[in-house]
Amino acid sequence: MKEYRKLTDIQHDLKAGDITCAALVSAYLERIDQNQHLNAFIEVFAEEALEKAKALDEKIQAGKAGRLAGLIVGLKDNVAYEGHELTASSKILQGFQSLFSATVTQNLLNEDAIIIGRTNCDEFAMGSSNETSFYGSVKNPLDVSRVPGGSSGGSAAAVAANLCHASIGTDTGGSIRQPAAYCGIYGMKPTYGRVSRHGLVAFASSFDQAGPFARSLEDLALMTEIISGSDEFDATASERPVPNMQIPAETGKKRFAIIKEVRNSEGLHPEIKAVFERKIESLLAAGHVVEEVSFPYIDYCIPTYYVLTTAEASSNLSRYNGVTYGYRYENAKDLEEMYKKTRSLGFGREVKRRIMLGTFVLSEGYYDAYYSKAQKVRRVLRDSMEEILKEYDVVLLPSTPSFPFQFGAKSTDPIEMYLEDIFTAAANLTGHPAISVPAGTASNQLPMGMQLIGRLFDEPGLFAAASLLN
Amino acid sequence: MKVDQNTVDRLAHLARLEFNADEKQQLVGEMNNMLAFVEKLNELDTDSVAPLVYLSDSENVFREDEPKPWITHQEALQNAAKKDTDFIRVPKVIDQSGE
Repeated sequence: MKEYRKLTDIQHDLKAGDITCAALVSAYLERIDQNQHLNAFIEVFAEEALEKAKALDEKIQAGKAGRLAGLIVGLKDNVAYEGHELTASSKILQGFQSLFSATVTQNLLNEDAIIIGRTNCDEFAMGSSNETSFYGSVKNPLDVSRVPGGSSGGSAAAVAANLCHASIGTDTGGSIRQPAAYCGIYGMKPTYGRVSRHGLVAFASSFDQAGPFARSLEDLALMTEIISGSDEFDATASERPVPNMQIPAETGKKRFAIIKEVRNSEGLHPEIKAVFERKIESLLAAGHVVEEVSFPYIDYCIPTYYVLTTAEASSNLSRYNGVTYGYRYENAKDLEEMYKKTRSLGFGREVKRRIMLGTFVLSEGYYDAYYSKAQKVRRVLRDSMEEILKEYDVVLLPSTPSFPFQFGAKSTDPIEMYLEDIFTAAANLTGHPAISVPAGTASNQLPMGMQLIGRLFDEPGLFAAASLLN
Repeated sequence: MKVDQNTVDRLAHLARLEFNADEKQQLVGEMNNMLAFVEKLNELDTDSVAPLVYLSDSENVFREDEPKPWITHQEALQNAAKKDTDFIRVPKVIDQSGE
């Protein structure tokens, strides 16, 4: 099986009769089998995917196939798929079978995508290295001694290793863009409200967005368009019509903003900075506007993010009590003991740490000092980003300050791990769409990613600008 | 130091979690570190700023309130750890074995 970058190439070969969906699925299943050491998938839907592929081959023959025919995808294990297990990589959801499909999943299925399995992730999407998963960490396919990033580490590794053509992840503070950068592929976080959250395992509801990982910008745009749209099951999903997101052949001249505080950031690795500077030079040489602006809040993003997301998580995760679904501690004498033992044994350390911090910032006497304060700072951040994007089409910055790290390297001090998201969390705090585009490999053979933040609900403009980085 | 062992005990009860002595000790340290880290937000003057609560700009999204089947009784029981034919079963609300 040849290695495809674009769905249009797969669809071309399907139409020409050079390949079939069944052969495609078989090839991916074989590669999944050969790459089990990566631990990218928690479960593979082998038989089901093959059956669906055969049915789809007939549909293609009949000329009735959907827009994603031939797209074999992995689904992060926090996105619901009816009749399939859904655990958010947590012990507390072991054995849980989803009764319905997420709107994201349904939108993919409606266009004939085939879901090949569910991918590993950090427990409840809380982590930046995929090391908090109950099912063990995922290895970076480009260097198996290093993390793939997180929390959507399995989704990123699966696409990078060509175990499926594309995948779905979720991004609460960088959980799509950081692993995309660490695995050398494309990743997209749509505008908050662009994609329904119905059927996503909730972590921090005012931040969470689902989005795709892909091997080309074209596929990323097509998948984003297809999963987008209003939804009667999610009132925060925008009623705005979904625009065509196809990459235009001619973008015209674009205006790029460069954040001075990022450019001069001490923590930015010199080789990543060098690539960043080269991108700026080539954009300027091509006649685009690239100017420095000030966003003096980069160092406030992670503190704001951790106050608000832990608060939302402590509330969202209160539903896991062992009663209606999931793991239950069986030998409790009374109900309260059952709740406490179930939750203490069912959640991992990082999740409990965040529930505790979230409970603290919401507790009496501290609410105003922490939670309200962070909400106010969030408005300052959003207003400042909006000001910048009035003058510029996009903001260009590196996706991460450094490279994928060795397992365990950032596990001693939680704050060090939290700072992994220093360049990505801003877009979740402000709601803006953001994309990570691969930017080649450094002298250490490790990949780098460049990030673009676009205007609210202007995904087409963001994709157009991203095509200039290719 | 905003968080001590008593704070951890109180918060753990509110969150329905339990920790052993070592875990509590560790949590005291980690939570105080995190709170010191987020103190940075106080450098910003936000006196005249209203909290940003909702990211969405849409208001009052309505739909018709029509009753319709969502999941069946059996489906609702399907994922419960302990159940009978009609109900999910849980331990007694109050333990009376010691009395």
